[in-house]
Amino acid sequence: MKLSGWGRYPIIQTENAYPNQPGLVSSLVSVATDQPKTTTQIARGLGRSYGDSSLAEKSINLSKLDHFIEFDEQSGQLTCSAGVSFAEILRFFVPKGWFLPVTPGTQFVTVGGAIASDVHGKNHHIDGAFCEHVNALELCLASGEVVECSKIHHPHLFRATCGGMGLTGIILQATFTLKRIETAFIQETTYKTANLAETLAKFEEHDAATYSVAWIDCLATGANLGRSLLMLGEHASEEEVKSHPSATETLQAGKTSKLNMPFDLPAFTLNSFSVKAFNALYYGKARQAQSQRLVHYAPFFYPLDSIQNWNRMYGKNGFAQYQFVIPKSAGLVGLTEILTEIANSKRGSFLAVLKVFGQGNDNYLSFPEEGYTLALDFKMDSTLFEFLNKLDAIVLHYGGKLYLTKDARMSEQMFKQSYPQWQEFQKIRHQYGAHQAFNSLQSTRLGL
Amino acid sequence: MQKNILIIGATSAIAKATLRMYAEQNHNLFLVARNEALLHTIAEDAKIRGAHQVEYQACDLADLHSHPSLLETITATYPKLDIVLIAHGTLPNQQACQASVETTLQEININALSTISLLTLLANQFEKQQDGTIAVITSVAGDRGRQSNYVYGAAKGMVSTFLQGLRNRLNDSNVQVLDIKPGFVDTPMTADFKKGALWAQPEQIAKSILKAIDNQRNTLYTPWFWWGIMLIIRTIPECIFKKLKL
Repeated sequence: MKLSGWGRYPIIQTENAYPNQPGLVSSLVSVATDQPKTTTQIARGLGRSYGDSSLAEKSINLSKLDHFIEFDEQSGQLTCSAGVSFAEILRFFVPKGWFLPVTPGTQFVTVGGAIASDVHGKNHHIDGAFCEHVNALELCLASGEVVECSKIHHPHLFRATCGGMGLTGIILQATFTLKRIETAFIQETTYKTANLAETLAKFEEHDAATYSVAWIDCLATGANLGRSLLMLGEHASEEEVKSHPSATETLQAGKTSKLNMPFDLPAFTLNSFSVKAFNALYYGKARQAQSQRLVHYAPFFYPLDSIQNWNRMYGKNGFAQYQFVIPKSAGLVGLTEILTEIANSKRGSFLAVLKVFGQGNDNYLSFPEEGYTLALDFKMDSTLFEFLNKLDAIVLHYGGKLYLTKDARMSEQMFKQSYPQWQEFQKIRHQYGAHQAFNSLQSTRLGL
Repeated sequence: MQKNILIIGATSAIAKATLRMYAEQNHNLFLVARNEALLHTIAEDAKIRGAHQVEYQACDLADLHSHPSLLETITATYPKLDIVLIAHGTLPNQQACQASVETTLQEININALSTISLLTLLANQFEKQQDGTIAVITSVAGDRGRQSNYVYGAAKGMVSTFLQGLRNRLNDSNVQVLDIKPGFVDTPMTADFKKGALWAQPEQIAKSILKAIDNQRNTLYTPWFWWGIMLIIRTIPECIFKKLKL
């Protein structure tokens, strides 16, 4: 079967297995390790990582391993299989008054995938990355043996697995804590800023907001460079929702969207003009300098989930997402340099998302660390990689790094320079025999 | 009101999706399948989702002699059953069946005879209690034999015809007999197949099953468009059909 990541580049031929119970995972893995290493294999969930991190000749798809195992109604602690999706957790637990502690911009990710990517959300500056809320996990090692990892049991393996891109073993289940909510709604405040300096200042000013994210017009230049819509969010209280006319049920989960992108858009529809127009329109959407609304959590957290298969918008050649983080000290200067480079290239991105990260954690390959992170989509074409290499150099110059979950092309050198703990990580993989058993196109490319 | 629901073949993808929906409606479940460990996991999952009571029993349904005692265990837990869903089965390799009488008969046994054995026992119980629903998952493949999987199709076709008779017999007893005919479904059973536009998710099928049971339907093609596809397939004259590569 042909398989690709969400960016639809690269596409490879794979063999797929769909184990629906932990025992099957163990036997799949241990059979594979008995044989000399001729094929690569890696776990996969719902295929939302953008690049090649879930691609290998053999794909072990865990989306059918999808059971709730235990739930404590007092503390909100949930144990579930790795293939349970965030969407399913929200569908079931929101009506009971619980929410995910951290969520990325799509709910169509599995728990296992979220741990392997150590995903972050709009609340990173307050609550950190997802794995910081994971109390324990079960990992199937290369030998087929299943071990429990946590900060106490096999702590190094735990730190390597959280954010480890599936390269230490196969995550079978995890225990993490949900957070209490009164309603399914978010009190959203939007600020319209005129330029980058103002955007960053507004972030600073509102660092106590639970959720914050800015959408940047990445094609604006000169005095407008970095103009943004900064969105802040707080979980709405029952009181606030009850007084609102459109909110009938306070704890209703989101509905699955019926909108779909049924085919690839022709390549010519996406060009610097259409993107510029879209960006200008989007920025113009907010008429006042400050506006407020009550919004359901689904459009607030997952605006793109409302169009199924939205990745087809970029045409049949796919796209690359580029997300980097640079330290706070590089701040305005670094971001200005990168945004100028992008605006000059005229390669606009429909959505350019800026966020301030709080302190990082000590997981070896985890992406978030204190600073600014910007995520952009670029349509794939023959000169794109050359351009991204240029951006890499700037990111590296300012002491930054790229998000592995979105990467499809960075060089081994870039990776090893920007992820200084890669050697510790590799040591642990060797210790558990994982380097022979679990590999992806990405790990091979990055020299892991 | 809480209903007592028996699901046979509970670990299959469609059954699992269906029983989860019933669990969320707080009904009582009795689950049967071969794999005990997986059955346990699914039972625990159903409890968290809200099932009022969940019991289970591991059983190799290919062993027809085990059926009477299995049903005794079930009725000892739930003396009255409101709904039974039979969902177990395998997808045989047609080539392997053609090469071996034994394989063919084994597949007929699990996909047809075991279901008929259970239905015979259950029908008598439902006839006595004078209400309830017997729902069975067969397949659109049972509507017409095709070279690519006629062993599977013949087994499912036998069950469908059996259900027609049962429906006729139990009509006066106020018992619904529902024949569920899914098309292509994305399950572990079909993991190796290339998925196109006609493929459906188990959750989608489960939703239509609940609706068909609520609406006292006799036959359910699911997703709905398979009704049209099969109408065409059934009406092609045999002299043409036999030449098709289906």
